[in-house]
Amino acid sequence: MARRIAITSPVGVAGEAAPQVAVRGPGWDGRFTVLILFLPPALLLFTLFVVLPIGEAAWYSAFNWNGFGRPTNWIGFDNYRFVLETRAFWLALRNNGLIIAVSLAVQLPLALTLALMLAERFRGAVALRMLFFMPYILAEIATGLIFSFVYDGDYGLVASIWRAFGAEPPHLLASTDTAMLAVLIVVVWKYFGFHMMLFIAALQSLDKSLVEAARIDGATRTQTLRHVVIPLLYPTIRLSVFFAIIGSLQLFDLVMPLTRGGPADSSNTMVSFLYNNGISRMRVGYGSAIGVILFAICVTFAFTYKRWFMRDE
Amino acid sequence: MRSLGKLGLAAVACLLWASSASADTTVKWLHIEVNPAQVKIWEEVARSYEASHPGVKVEMQFLENEAYKAKLPTILQSKDRPHIIYSWAGGVLKAQVEAGVLEDITDSVKSGGYSDTIAPAALAAFTSNGKVFGLPTALSQVGFLYNKDLMAKGNVDASKIKTWDDLLGAVKTLKAAGVTPIVVGGADKWPLHFYWTHLAVRVGGKPAFDAALKGENGGFAGETFQKSGELFKQLVDLQPFQNGFLGFKNPQAVGYFGDGKAAMILAISSFYHTQRALAADKVGLGDDKLGWFDFPVVPGGKGEPSDTLGGITGWLITKGAPKEATDFLKFFISKDVQARLAAGNFIVPVVKGGEAGLNSAFMKQIAANLAKSNYHQNFYDQSLGPSVGRVVNDVTAEIAGGSMSPQDAAKAIQAAYKQGN
Repeated sequence: MARRIAITSPVGVAGEAAPQVAVRGPGWDGRFTVLILFLPPALLLFTLFVVLPIGEAAWYSAFNWNGFGRPTNWIGFDNYRFVLETRAFWLALRNNGLIIAVSLAVQLPLALTLALMLAERFRGAVALRMLFFMPYILAEIATGLIFSFVYDGDYGLVASIWRAFGAEPPHLLASTDTAMLAVLIVVVWKYFGFHMMLFIAALQSLDKSLVEAARIDGATRTQTLRHVVIPLLYPTIRLSVFFAIIGSLQLFDLVMPLTRGGPADSSNTMVSFLYNNGISRMRVGYGSAIGVILFAICVTFAFTYKRWFMRDE
Repeated sequence: MRSLGKLGLAAVACLLWASSASADTTVKWLHIEVNPAQVKIWEEVARSYEASHPGVKVEMQFLENEAYKAKLPTILQSKDRPHIIYSWAGGVLKAQVEAGVLEDITDSVKSGGYSDTIAPAALAAFTSNGKVFGLPTALSQVGFLYNKDLMAKGNVDASKIKTWDDLLGAVKTLKAAGVTPIVVGGADKWPLHFYWTHLAVRVGGKPAFDAALKGENGGFAGETFQKSGELFKQLVDLQPFQNGFLGFKNPQAVGYFGDGKAAMILAISSFYHTQRALAADKVGLGDDKLGWFDFPVVPGGKGEPSDTLGGITGWLITKGAPKEATDFLKFFISKDVQARLAAGNFIVPVVKGGEAGLNSAFMKQIAANLAKSNYHQNFYDQSLGPSVGRVVNDVTAEIAGGSMSPQDAAKAIQAAYKQGN
């Protein structure tokens, strides 16, 4: 399925292995030996687990097929047309965009702020770090279930808070206006700890002398932060952004227990849309078309991002 | 020392028992039943079959309803598929037959006059092109279960709800009295599709459905189905459902009704007992508090008031299953077992003579309704197959949520039907 593939997609495994080793080899001959030795296993794995499934999905997407037996009913690009004509698909795409926007605009700044506070060594720092990291450890499906109880309009935590103020509690997950918002809150809650840990690790391996030099030169805390620390963090931030976007595009296992993409498709992501149509409805050809579209989006993004923002890493 | 010896003996005994228990044939039976009382009877039936058939072991597996539907295609294509699976017949069954994942058990069923013991219409639902692929186990009817206390509190006389307008009126009165009129499990979508499909059964009757299948009169985008959507919209506009109904799964909703929090639920007749199991106190509403009225008629509708919407559920034998699976299924769907399940009010039986077991007035009523119905429409989401059926569920949920007009809903179903699968 596309979501697994996307993880391995940026530049093939094969492409990276060869040049690194080849530097030590004596010219082209050595490089060739290395190629013969190391390329086949990597290429085999890549073909088996990446190229073939994608090829299969692309093949299936040309059929009207319910998943039983072999596909026979060839319909060319019709599945793609059907997908693009579906309102729910565009909603799902928009939701993925929303998740990316919230990840970048809320989650990462939050993670960075907390990291800056918790990177220092003080009493309780480790405990706090663990506390913030905890949501990330929790399985997605469990998180979804927990929050579906938290959001419950009759018995949930949210409902009791509402009642404490004497108001009639809303059913956040049951309304097209609020379901996606509720999902977004869980996304931020679940993943900010992961990015915070990345930032903390980066902060702790910073060259302290640069910060000290800035201090000695009379830079204020804010100035040091803005002109020294954050620029030094750029490689990590770029990586974080990359993870956040790819993760957002693949979001599925939080959505299913929370809303299953509903009500009225208002909280579908592309992967839950794929699942609801391709699997539940047994329209494998149609589902494959969605998978291929999602894959194309992920690959395009991964390559472009690598090229533009992560050239040096 | 002595205790050690005992332990050794026990271990040997265990081994012997285990080797005798690892029977020659294991019949794997996958079900979706949530009511422990019914499963308990099934277990007993399985054990008694094992007792009379040495070397055969019947193993039960459970999957939750929605999970089961989602996994079914994969399960059926696995090498280790269960031998007996649950089915709602209809288009899903047709797709399975076409894919060749089911076993033709015609000979076994016809032998010894067994097939004559089963209601012909029910058996026909599990027959395709003259071949039998499974056996029906129960019939059900969709209608309104109501809570007598809450109806009384809202000053509504449920026995007077005969037409769609009566129902709308009752909803208004109940709301005014501060009673939640209807509970529904909108997150699962199919409980909402009951409204739309039953309205279609009332508005157009059998001719309209048959015509739509042939693509006549605009197919599912035609007048009948638009009208059903409009009538459903009239109800939805009164906001008859509990708060957050689009977030409720069906078991939650049935439990909610069992807890006495809403006056009505558009129910499958089997909810009569599941509401007990799903209620918070596991007791639910007793017979004295529970009432039933048939789905209201639509003035000017072409459907007969006696037409019913409901399920014909049963069991299928999968390809490559041992013959013991079929044998067990015939044992399971026999007069004795059916009468026993009927006595527990779990099913309306399909085996002739099984209805003798029915002892509650409610179940007898349902059985009588089904007996006099000339047109029993299987649930649309089953009879139209997974791809179209799920669209029916989707659009009815969208009408209920106010995000789609009845006209667009009908068009969406017709579009899905034309794309087909």
